[in-house]
Amino acid sequence: MKSIQSEIRNFVADNFLFGEDPESLQNDDSFLETGIIDSTGVLELVAFIEDQYDVQVDDDELVPENLDSINCLIDFIESKLKELA
Amino acid sequence: MCGIAGFIRTDRRPVEQSDLNNMIQTLNHRGPDASGTQISGPVGLAHSRLSIVDLAGGLQPMQTADGMLSVTFNGEIFNHIELRAQLQQKGYQFQTHSDTEVILLMYAEYGPECVQHFNGQWAFAIHDRRKQEVFLSRDRMGIRPLVYTQTAGRFCFASEVKALFALPDVERKVDHTALNQLFTFWSPLPPRTFFAGISELPPGHSMIVKEGNIRIWQYWSLDYSPNEENRSLDDWADELRSLLINATQLRLRADVSVGAYLSGGLDSSITAAIIRNYTNAPLNTFSVNFNDKDFDESRFQQEMITELGTDHQTVCCSYDDIGRIFPTVIQHTEKPVLRTAPAPMFLLSKLVRESQFKVVMTGEGADEVFGGYDLFKETKIRRFWSRQPESSIRPLLLKRLYPYMKNLQAQSPAYLKAFFNIREEELQSPFFSHLPRWDLTSKLKAFFSDDLKQQLKAQDPQAEFKQQLPPEFSDWPSFCQAQYLEAVNLMPGYILSSQGDRMAMGNSVEGRFPFLDYRVVEFASRVPVRFKMNGLNEKFLLKYALRDLIPDSIRRRPKQPYRAPDAHSFIDTASQQARFEYVNELLSPDRLQANGLFQPAAVQRLVRKMEQGRAIGTRDNMALVGILSTQLLVEQMIHGQTVTPEKQTTAPARILS
Repeated sequence: MKSIQSEIRNFVADNFLFGEDPESLQNDDSFLETGIIDSTGVLELVAFIEDQYDVQVDDDELVPENLDSINCLIDFIESKLKELA
Repeated sequence: MCGIAGFIRTDRRPVEQSDLNNMIQTLNHRGPDASGTQISGPVGLAHSRLSIVDLAGGLQPMQTADGMLSVTFNGEIFNHIELRAQLQQKGYQFQTHSDTEVILLMYAEYGPECVQHFNGQWAFAIHDRRKQEVFLSRDRMGIRPLVYTQTAGRFCFASEVKALFALPDVERKVDHTALNQLFTFWSPLPPRTFFAGISELPPGHSMIVKEGNIRIWQYWSLDYSPNEENRSLDDWADELRSLLINATQLRLRADVSVGAYLSGGLDSSITAAIIRNYTNAPLNTFSVNFNDKDFDESRFQQEMITELGTDHQTVCCSYDDIGRIFPTVIQHTEKPVLRTAPAPMFLLSKLVRESQFKVVMTGEGADEVFGGYDLFKETKIRRFWSRQPESSIRPLLLKRLYPYMKNLQAQSPAYLKAFFNIREEELQSPFFSHLPRWDLTSKLKAFFSDDLKQQLKAQDPQAEFKQQLPPEFSDWPSFCQAQYLEAVNLMPGYILSSQGDRMAMGNSVEGRFPFLDYRVVEFASRVPVRFKMNGLNEKFLLKYALRDLIPDSIRRRPKQPYRAPDAHSFIDTASQQARFEYVNELLSPDRLQANGLFQPAAVQRLVRKMEQGRAIGTRDNMALVGILSTQLLVEQMIHGQTVTPEKQTTAPARILS
């Protein structure tokens, strides 16, 4: 859990938070509402998840409920990993 | 086309000939054929000439026979023959065949109101010795540039900022408010320029300078009020057709050969087709295409070349070509750019010039005037969707809009809805149409340095723009509001400037724009919206009016905006490094720190992402181009440094016959 969280935080900080303080991003902050992620950013996020955790993200899983904050991502990745286990 | 410059001493000191010489030398690219200066009392005028009309007799600055009026003029008055006849009927005598003399004598007859009679593109200054004042004017749409500044002892003006910087008393400094506006709207709001203390005369404005005092007024503005709903489509189409044919014929008036750009899109195809079908002028066409097939339109270009039987030349543009030419491009734009699209236009005008052409016709302006941009369709879809916010189907129309945007095509309906989500307050905003673009662009300000962010915290670019809207704006249909915003902001500030005048004049080539004939523009403002955009069929009336001249495949092809490769032009993902040393230098922490506009750490992260090939989005691409072009400007125009790319690693752009 801790490692998934830090991996995601690092990825978001390196790829989307160019001029902002990474510490200011809360785990529940919506990427959409804060404008952190655009349409390309979603694709980058999905590619990262698939590469990093060796999971497949289906089309019907491409919804903000799964991807729109650090906490959403943690839950989503954990559920995907459980499916594989 | 030409370059103009000059100043008025307001401190009673004599006009310095050397200063005039230094100013006009910087504009040699605008007028390499001749140059001249004239000093009269406290006023000095200078001119660099690109001779197009009356090659022997149009030398400038020009004065009237009685010596009371002098002019330095950049541009063309296309209806000069008709105006000359009118003046002759009133008893005026002419010494030359030039349109420059027509301007002088029209001013003698009508004073500052003379510009109401002009059909053309101009920036000029007239010294009126009788009134002891200088009258300056700029064309209605902002095709020709005119900048000015005031120092302790003089009022100075020129076609380009670099001529003002040739004067020792003009300070070189970035205007941070302009930077904030540019990183919102793509261009500063006139009269601001990128440089503090340097203003531009806005399009459709004139000014009088007398004894150090300035009076500026607007002599022309867009008006979408007179909407004539009762005319038939055919009636509108007939009028448009004859107007466009006449506008094109007028713009072929020149004593040198005139070429035409052919992009493969509807607008330049129409211009070329009118030249072929309604004039006796030979048709030489020019186009740019790209090694990167994502940007290439050569298939459509070829179709029009075959259709019209033109004598055609193409310049093929690689990533390296764009990166190599970029420092030169930015020296000409004199403002940062957020996309590399101007660079290929520079290579294209170079091809035109090397082919012995000085004048080129383009289809520029049709998208603004007849509602062709995707932005207009997007606005329509967003309004349609806002009536049923829960609909999952309506936002899918947005995918149809952008077939060339792979990232958008890959979105799920849920994310599409999220990205184009419309808030209630947006629906009421006068800027509804432009908010998605401006919001995206504003995100780039995250890269600004902490000091700059702090300085700009209290500023609100949108509120500043709102203050410039005319009182009748709120009465216009929303489609027309979007058209207006595009026509007064992006068109003069970027399309006609960074991508237009500056790229053509950089190679001593004059662009001419039939769609921006003021009669066409005023006509289009009266056309009902349903004839401009029929359903989601953009430029419906234009396509209908000229349907017999354009093949169906061109008329019905999905609209593809002109674009060029951005980040790839500077960073090679294969070798994971910058293609040119100047990119490394200007984006280095030291240089970023020294200029103080951007956060070095943030830029480094972006560059790393680019090198690894992970930066594929619009935002990242715009950020890199915006930061790099800003750094180039500061380096070249504020510090006066020369930036040259090191020897290139690939063959230069080659000409394909």
